[in-house]
Amino acid sequence: MKLTFIDWTVMVIYFVFVLGIGFALKRYMKTSTDFFLSGRSIPAWITGLAFISANLGAQEVIGMGASGAKYGIATSHFYWIGAIPAMAFIGVFMMPFYYGSRARSVPEYLKLRFDEKTRGFNAISFAFMTVLSSGISLYAMGLLLETLLGWNFSFSILIAAAIVLIYVLLGGLTSAIYNEVLQFFLIVFGFAPLVFLGLKDAGGWAGLQTRLAAVATANGCSSGAWSHSWQFMGSPSANPMGIEWFGLAMGLGFVLSFGYWCTDFLVVQRAMAAKSMSAARRTPLIAAIPKMLFPFLVILPGMIAIALTYKTGGSGFSLPKKPDGTFEYNMAIPMMLGHYFPTGMLGVGLTALMASFMSGMAGNVTAFNTVWTYDIYQSYIKRGASDQHYLWMGRMATIFGIGISIAAAYVTTRFNNIMDMLQLVFAFVNAPLLATFLLGMFWKRTTGHGAFVGLIAGTVGAAIHHGLTLPVGAQVGIKGGWFGVLHVYPSELAQAFWTAIVAWSACFVITIAVSVITKTRNEGELKGLVYSLTPRAREENLPWYQRPPVLAVIIVLAAIVLNIIFW
Amino acid sequence: MQLDIRLPIGLMFSVLGALLLVVGLFTGGQRTQSQQTSVNLWWGGVMLVFGIVMFVLGRRGTATARLTEESPEGRKIEEIENGSGLESQ
Repeated sequence: MKLTFIDWTVMVIYFVFVLGIGFALKRYMKTSTDFFLSGRSIPAWITGLAFISANLGAQEVIGMGASGAKYGIATSHFYWIGAIPAMAFIGVFMMPFYYGSRARSVPEYLKLRFDEKTRGFNAISFAFMTVLSSGISLYAMGLLLETLLGWNFSFSILIAAAIVLIYVLLGGLTSAIYNEVLQFFLIVFGFAPLVFLGLKDAGGWAGLQTRLAAVATANGCSSGAWSHSWQFMGSPSANPMGIEWFGLAMGLGFVLSFGYWCTDFLVVQRAMAAKSMSAARRTPLIAAIPKMLFPFLVILPGMIAIALTYKTGGSGFSLPKKPDGTFEYNMAIPMMLGHYFPTGMLGVGLTALMASFMSGMAGNVTAFNTVWTYDIYQSYIKRGASDQHYLWMGRMATIFGIGISIAAAYVTTRFNNIMDMLQLVFAFVNAPLLATFLLGMFWKRTTGHGAFVGLIAGTVGAAIHHGLTLPVGAQVGIKGGWFGVLHVYPSELAQAFWTAIVAWSACFVITIAVSVITKTRNEGELKGLVYSLTPRAREENLPWYQRPPVLAVIIVLAAIVLNIIFW
Repeated sequence: MQLDIRLPIGLMFSVLGALLLVVGLFTGGQRTQSQQTSVNLWWGGVMLVFGIVMFVLGRRGTATARLTEESPEGRKIEEIENGSGLESQ
């Protein structure tokens, strides 16, 4: 792929604006609350767009395009039964406790609701996880730009890290949020014409369907398996994901999606920066509206790419293959950018791709510096210092957080397995969290001991399940089966979904069991932290389109309609 | 706070849109087999219009973050921090 002067100009213009926002916000970072929480002053639509943009990292754009090619429209389950219902749920039911408790982070909510050890466990594992995942996405970006444009690996990751460092250092969370909104629009404008040109090349939706039928039959499925999301979910062998409807709905739809969108501080932090309770509750609901349409922006290009590979279109696009004969699924969107976009638009598309990497990284970095400063440094290392001291610590945390990310990116180039293993361990730690939050928020009998023991049990349960099962065709080792293989799943996704289900159930049951035999806290202390002890939010004075329950119902109905259309 | 987020968004998309529009005008005649150079022209136009609309809306200056001291919720967080001994004044 060759870039011209015009493409470089586009990229430079973007970098100037990103850094310019950081510089413009510099003088507004007076206190630690400005730096970590944007002074809790941001309007709902801005936090809403930042809420999805912070998640719009490498995994989302490259990964969803790859899944679109691999699994077809069924990838939309990550959105239409995954993210959207979860976003409606957190907005209506959970945000009143996150925001209303005036906790400054998700681990701090655990401290208020449960106890110090539950917070410590969550804060430390979360802090590790965020810097490492930001390192892994840096690595992915460096690798992509190397294969696509021949850029030097170190050059591209150092430039991206330096830009994120500067704007977060200058403008804190506000700068990250502002830039996430800018990146959101850039990604939409950079990819939308790609979908249009690709779809035109494939002969419109009808043409795409006939081509996808060829993909499906060539892979041993019925002809509609790539263009219908539910029809072939009856049995794992009938659909490319290798999962049946129950594992999909429970594992992906409930445990994994609710677990991510409702408890991950990376996204929840955006809502916590909103200017009022009602703005905080509307944050995920506003985010759900564009999120619902994202499959058309990120999954559809992958589907187009694979369709044109099997049955070529007018312009002769096809996906490259790896040396082992499988497709380079991750290259679906980047290759299409190079194929369809002329110089100029190509610059916008590539800049959008880099923006997605940078917004994901900035999201991780701001979540890390907040958890580090509030939940680790202020809680365990130095309490009661001046506000300016914590502001300084937040800036230091930003610097060493990014430093660790860069180091992690280099480690990944050498030892791919270590990173895979760490990610696996974090998946085990994360999987049970949802049960802890649901019980904590909606059952006042839940105790701190119960929550802590439940979390450990869920993590151990996930590890045991993973150790006893294996996806079909995989080697014993990092993919599972290290205790002996009791069950073989038809796909890696099926194994991952069921690991999550097991972790959630173990945590749920053990938390209840331990809570029943341990002493509960005084009800007065739990006011504002638990559903039954918190007065309902009053919103009669809001117009209907600003009331969270009304918005949530509309969003869920729209998601149901989308599911039916692509059934 | 004085920086309405729509101002930088509006400015950036106006600049990028105008750039693409100009590129599209000058290269509109050449068409390779796969790359449709006309996309620069029409999509640049769309981006320019979006940029101008955002910029004009941003002039009202309502979509901004505020300083903690100007935001009631921000002041409450600081009160809690000082009251509970997490921070000293």
